[in-house]
Amino acid sequence: MDKVAVHTSVMARPAASAARSRRLQGFVLQSPAIVLLLVWSVVPLLMTLWYSVRNYNLVDPTQQGFAGINNYWYLLTDPDFMTSLENTAILVGGVLAISVGLGTLLAVLYNEEFAGRGIARILVISPFFIMPTVAALLWKNLMLHPIYGVYSAMMRAVGLTPVDWLSRYPLATLVMIVAWEWLPFAVLILLTAIQSLDTEQKEAARMDGAGMVAQFINITLPHLSRAITVVIMIETIFLLTVFAEISVTTAGGPGVASTNLAFLIYSRALLQFDVGGASAGGVVAIVVANVVAAFLLRAVARNLET
Amino acid sequence: MARTSTHMRHAAITVLAWGIALWMFFPILWMVLTGFKSEPDAISTPPHFFFSPTISSYQDVFARENYWHFATNSVVISAMATVVALLVSVPAAYAMAFLPGPRTRMTLLWMLSTRMLPSVGVLVPIYLLARATGLLDSRTGLIVIYMLTNLPITVWMLYTFFREVPVAILEAGRMDGATRWQEVTQVLMPLALPGIASTGLLSLILCWNETFWSLNLTSSIAAPLTTFIASFSSPEGLFFAKLSAASTLAVAPIMVFGWVSQKQLVRGLTFGAVK
Repeated sequence: MDKVAVHTSVMARPAASAARSRRLQGFVLQSPAIVLLLVWSVVPLLMTLWYSVRNYNLVDPTQQGFAGINNYWYLLTDPDFMTSLENTAILVGGVLAISVGLGTLLAVLYNEEFAGRGIARILVISPFFIMPTVAALLWKNLMLHPIYGVYSAMMRAVGLTPVDWLSRYPLATLVMIVAWEWLPFAVLILLTAIQSLDTEQKEAARMDGAGMVAQFINITLPHLSRAITVVIMIETIFLLTVFAEISVTTAGGPGVASTNLAFLIYSRALLQFDVGGASAGGVVAIVVANVVAAFLLRAVARNLET
Repeated sequence: MARTSTHMRHAAITVLAWGIALWMFFPILWMVLTGFKSEPDAISTPPHFFFSPTISSYQDVFARENYWHFATNSVVISAMATVVALLVSVPAAYAMAFLPGPRTRMTLLWMLSTRMLPSVGVLVPIYLLARATGLLDSRTGLIVIYMLTNLPITVWMLYTFFREVPVAILEAGRMDGATRWQEVTQVLMPLALPGIASTGLLSLILCWNETFWSLNLTSSIAAPLTTFIASFSSPEGLFFAKLSAASTLAVAPIMVFGWVSQKQLVRGLTFGAVK
């Protein structure tokens, strides 16, 4: 009995110290990444919170002081702010509806066998790799320009009067441009997910006489539900801060017709130099994004366990 | 009867799939074509599909627009940010995959959560910090920010790749008396190299196309191609052929990268949640 105890304790000591050294090594190897991300995520956040309760305008740096909730109050009662929130919701919602709805159908379509499938798939996903400034100017000038644009020429060819899309329907046009960039992302992800669908299951359903629509609703959609959730959440994170597309096409106008939250904060900070007001807007943006992030993280965490 | 209907279905799918593919790709194709037009050809109404190609717009972009300055900035910033991100994230991902502790899972999720901080939320402090430290319109400023925003993704992707390396192979090396350094450089690295390469590629693509920080923090000295193209939003953009030539040059390399690394992109962008 004694002998055994002595034996295990002798064994346990090096094992415990080995475990400790492993943990130490692990900690040392991870610490640069952890320290960098800690600083990056905490310092700017605290500064935004600090500025959001300060009076601070870069044009007049002498006028500084505690503002309390004034910046927030000013922001929340500003009609432009409500418009920008609405525009953000329309932009995110519109692009999501197009990219997820159409993306699901296209994923099914491009999963079918047809001649030149590989090339057709590459053509469809290409817009995702176009940098936002190029995508926006490409649409603004080459496609939708009321005089020289290809779409205007097509409208004239069928006897219609070309429309100046970006000044008549700025937000809807922006939804279209951004959807052109993000629909390929949805197709890419959903096509990957659909390829892991069991063909035997589909075959069996077909044998049982299930039609195309029934197969899609009862087999394909449930299989894709998780991938669709992931697409929605990742796109939401990026779409909440759409900036370049607005900046090079409408600059938020006419008026504030196409100003989203990101562009509003930018114009408060770098055009009006109102640090306090822009920071209050920043805090709102962070809160909105965090709500989305919480959902996304839960989905990813569930995936880590399996 | 059934045979003809399958044929019909097949034909319909082919036509529909190719129609949509060409429609989606058309703006890009048109941009490439317009880049080879003369300026009068580029704004002819109705637009010309057939024209005598010229490379004068490309010559213009190189000679007058200082294209190489911006391209060099894009290359240097993307490459440096990617290299530094890999140098920091390879050890971290290694530790998480092979020396996991009780808090590893929480650490990973926390790292991901930092990626979800909206950049616009911290625009004010980052702008003021960059201004105070002289990093406004500097390559270093963008390199640091790109490295930090991509770090969660590179750590995460490398972690999923390292997890796929069979531990038995590493243990066999250790039995043979390999030190940890030898284990990493001689056993793990050759096995994980494809994973590290595709992680680097994803980081390059994200850096190359990033527009929020590049538009807000750079104007001329450190401006990458994204900012250069944005300068065409002025009436300058009405030189359609030149805009198209410059845009084609700016997107071509990254589009090819994207085509070859689709699979890894899915993995990196969805944090492994979609396989």
